[in-house]
Amino acid sequence: MDALKYLDPTVQFLLFSVLKIAVVFGVTMTFVAYAVLVERKVSAWIQDRVGPNRTAPPMVEFIPVLGPFLTRLGVFQPMADGLKFLLKEDFTPSYVRTVYFWLAPAIAVIPAFMTLAVIPFGSTLGNPDNKMVIADLNVGILYTFGIVSLGVYGIVLAGYAANSKYPFLGGIRSSAQMISYEIAMGMSVVSIFMLVGDLNLSKVVEYQAHGGWLVLKQPVAFVIFLVAAFAETNRLPFDLPESESELVGGYHTEYSSMKFALFFLGEYANMIASSAMMVTLFFGGWSLPFLGEPADGLLGGILHIGIFVAKMAAFMVLFIWVRWMFPRFRYDQLMDLGWRRFIPLALANILVTALVVAFTNR
Amino acid sequence: MSTKVVERKPLTAYERTYLPSFLGGLSVTWKHFKKTAPFLGNKPITMEYPEQKWVVPEGYRGAPYLVKDQDGATKCVSCQLCEFVCPPKAIRITPPGQDGKPADRSNAEKMPKEFEINMLRCIFCGLCQEVCPEEAIFLQKDYSLTGTSREEMIYDKEKLLKLGGTHAGIQKWKHKLEEASEQEVFPLTTT
Repeated sequence: MDALKYLDPTVQFLLFSVLKIAVVFGVTMTFVAYAVLVERKVSAWIQDRVGPNRTAPPMVEFIPVLGPFLTRLGVFQPMADGLKFLLKEDFTPSYVRTVYFWLAPAIAVIPAFMTLAVIPFGSTLGNPDNKMVIADLNVGILYTFGIVSLGVYGIVLAGYAANSKYPFLGGIRSSAQMISYEIAMGMSVVSIFMLVGDLNLSKVVEYQAHGGWLVLKQPVAFVIFLVAAFAETNRLPFDLPESESELVGGYHTEYSSMKFALFFLGEYANMIASSAMMVTLFFGGWSLPFLGEPADGLLGGILHIGIFVAKMAAFMVLFIWVRWMFPRFRYDQLMDLGWRRFIPLALANILVTALVVAFTNR
Repeated sequence: MSTKVVERKPLTAYERTYLPSFLGGLSVTWKHFKKTAPFLGNKPITMEYPEQKWVVPEGYRGAPYLVKDQDGATKCVSCQLCEFVCPPKAIRITPPGQDGKPADRSNAEKMPKEFEINMLRCIFCGLCQEVCPEEAIFLQKDYSLTGTSREEMIYDKEKLLKLGGTHAGIQKWKHKLEEASEQEVFPLTTT
C-alpha cells in the first residue's frame, strides 16, 4: 500500500475507481445470478414445491455431507443456467428490424448497471478519502432518474424491433407504464431532498446516519417510491410488458440465447439498483442507528458494506415475495393508480413537507 | 326467465387501498412458505421421485417382457400370435426357420431366433399376454422406460429375457406332464 502513496493523485484515483467498478460489477453479476436462484427457491416454497435441487458439477456428490447439501440447495444451478444461455442457438427471425433487434438488449442492460455508479454502498475503506461510491456526484438522484428512464427504451425498442404483435403490445404497455410511474417516483423523492437539502446520495445517507431513517419521516414517499419501483422494474403485479399469460412473453418473445439473457440480466440488475436506491434513500444506506459514524478502519468499512448488502438483500426478497401476493394489474387500473392516486398523493406530500420545513424553519 | 343478475358491490374505501389484498396475499404465501421451506425444519412432503418410486399395485400393466421357465429355458415357442394381435405392431418375431437352433427345452419344437418389442410403439394393452398360449410374455411393473435413441428403445430377445426374469409360478408343461402321467393310470381301476 505504501508504494501507492508515491503515485500521482490522478493515477491513484483512476486506479481506485477501476478497482471499485470491477468489484461492484462482479458482485452485482453474482448477485443477479443468485437472485434468480433465490427467486426460484422462494417461489417454489411458496407454492409447496421443491425448486432446483439436482444440478451439480461432476465429483461434487463425493464430498461428504456438504456436497449433497449444496446440491439440494441448488447452489450450482446459476452456473448451469449461464452456460445454457451461452450455448443456446442465437436465433434472429427473418422479419425483425435487425439493427434495433441487436441494440435493444444492450440498451436494456446498460442503464441498470449505470445506476449503481452513484450509490454509496459503504462509508470508507482503509483511509477517510477512500469513499465507497464509484462516482460521488452532486446531482446523484437526477443522474439516477435520467439513466433509469433510458431503461424503458430497451423494452420499447425490443417491442418495435421484433415486428410482431405481442412484443409490440408489450413495448407499448411499457412506455405507458413508464410515463405513469416515473413522475410519481420523481415527485416522491422531492420531499426527501427538501429535508436533506442536498441531491448527493452520500449526503442523504449522512443525514440519516445522524437524524434517523427517512422512512420514519416520509412513509408516504416511501410507499409511492416502493410501488413505483415495482412498476419500474417490470415486476409483478406490474409486469404488463411481459405478462406471459396474455402476451406470450411480451417484449422478449422473439429473443433467444444471450440476447434474452441480457433482458433477464437487466431486469434483475434493475431490481438490485432499485433495492439499493430504496436502502440509500429511506433506510439509512450503510448506517445502523448505533453505527452512524463513517468507519476509520478496514474492518468497520467492511462491516458497513455488509450492512448495506444485507438491507439490499432484504428488499430483493420483498420483490420476490410480492410477486406471489398480487394478481397482475389491468392496464387501466395501472394508469388509474399512477395518474389519479400517486401523483396527487406525491404532490400533497411535497406540500405538507414544504409547510413543515417552512414553519419549523429548519 | 332463469337469468340471475349478480350484484357487484362497489369496493369500499379500505378495499380500494389494496391493503386487504396485500394482507391476504401475505398470509397465504407465508402459510405455504412456513409449511414447505426446509430451513424452518420441514421435511419434504412430496415423494422424491427418481430416488423413491411408486410401488405399483398387483395387475399393473407395465412393459411387456419375455419370461423363462423354472429351468431357465425360453418359454416362447415362436408361434407369432402376439405379433399378429399386437394393435400398434410393436412386436416383431423372427422364427428360427427349418434348420435353426432347436428350442432349449425338451417339450417345445422351436424358439424364436429374434424377438423384438419396440417400446416406443407399445401401448401396454396386454393383448400379447392374454393371447400367449405358452404364458411366455407378461406385462410387468416397469413404467419408466428411457433411452437416448430410437434404436435403443427397441428391446431384443436377450434384453427382454433378462428383464423378464424367470416366472416359476406358472408351470404349464409340468402340470401337463403330471396330467399325462396320471392318464397312464387307468382311472376305472381305482373305483
